[in-house]
Amino acid sequence: MWKRNGHGYSRTMVDTTHTQQAQGQPLQFYETEEHHPQTGTMLGFWLYLMSDCLIFASLFATYGVLGRSYAGGPTGAELFDLPLVAMNTALLLLSSITYGFAMLEMQKNRVRGTIGWLLITGLFGIGFLSLELYEFAHLIHEGAGPQTSAFLTSFFALVGTHGLHVFFGIVWLVTLCFQLRKHGLIPENKRRVACLSMFWHFLDVVWIGVFTFVYLMGVLV
Amino acid sequence: MSEHHDSVHENHAHEHHGDELPHADFKSYMVGFILSVILTAIPFWIVMGGVFETSSTTALVILGFAAVQIVVHMIYFLHMNFQSEGGWNMLALIFTAVMVFITLAGSLWVMYHLNVNMMPGMMEAIHGP
Repeated sequence: MWKRNGHGYSRTMVDTTHTQQAQGQPLQFYETEEHHPQTGTMLGFWLYLMSDCLIFASLFATYGVLGRSYAGGPTGAELFDLPLVAMNTALLLLSSITYGFAMLEMQKNRVRGTIGWLLITGLFGIGFLSLELYEFAHLIHEGAGPQTSAFLTSFFALVGTHGLHVFFGIVWLVTLCFQLRKHGLIPENKRRVACLSMFWHFLDVVWIGVFTFVYLMGVLV
Repeated sequence: MSEHHDSVHENHAHEHHGDELPHADFKSYMVGFILSVILTAIPFWIVMGGVFETSSTTALVILGFAAVQIVVHMIYFLHMNFQSEGGWNMLALIFTAVMVFITLAGSLWVMYHLNVNMMPGMMEAIHGP
């Protein structure tokens, strides 16, 4: 029975059972862990993501209210470059599937494969951020910075917040690669990879809202 | 089928990880990816190709595609179901979805009416010609 416990616990259980046997005490077969969520980390992280979702909801609501207040400045139809947005969307979607491959490699307990797919995911993320920064720089250069109109303020706030999340996701991803190289696929690292997977896929879900609500609907007259 | 699969997974979960990590498989990731590509390409094609005459129709259709794609991501990438974490994941998600809906619909509704009522024409209606 004790073999079924997590790796971290089984070792200590082995020790205690041996000492118990040595002292002539009967073996104790009971569950030392709660059967249900063992650490609660995944649930806790999910709750964090849901609260993050509310931040994005308020930013989306702000954009929804102010998105047509151009103040005599340029409109979305004049500014947005849809092929560039399509490219960005493709990069983020590809990074989602490569993260999925990293998860599959992790399930097979392959450290090198996990790190490799994580790094490819990170490259797609960096590609996404570069294109977004290029777009922002281009807009600001054209005089369509965040201070131009309420539309652009809410646009930069929403898309910028998403970009900031992707940036911190990449920082986390690189950190995790070093952790994986140093400690391998220990349960803690597996948990971290699974948490980042949720974070990364969540960012892709938010991006669906961004490209639909901001870019595609923004170019409609 | 899925019930059987889940019970098998639960029995072996402790042996494999010692942590309640979600189970993923190649097929579900690929299905999710292909569906996402299709559900992304169609809205871009609708808008860039100018498929519909009126922009309100286009907006409704692409919002519909976005909603479907979000559900696809939730199922195939985030592995959402009613069993994980004893249903608390799903409960939190439903609660958040309600909050998001209230935030979005409420803001748009209130601010739209505020805008309409702040129109210059309104002042004349109140004070008379």
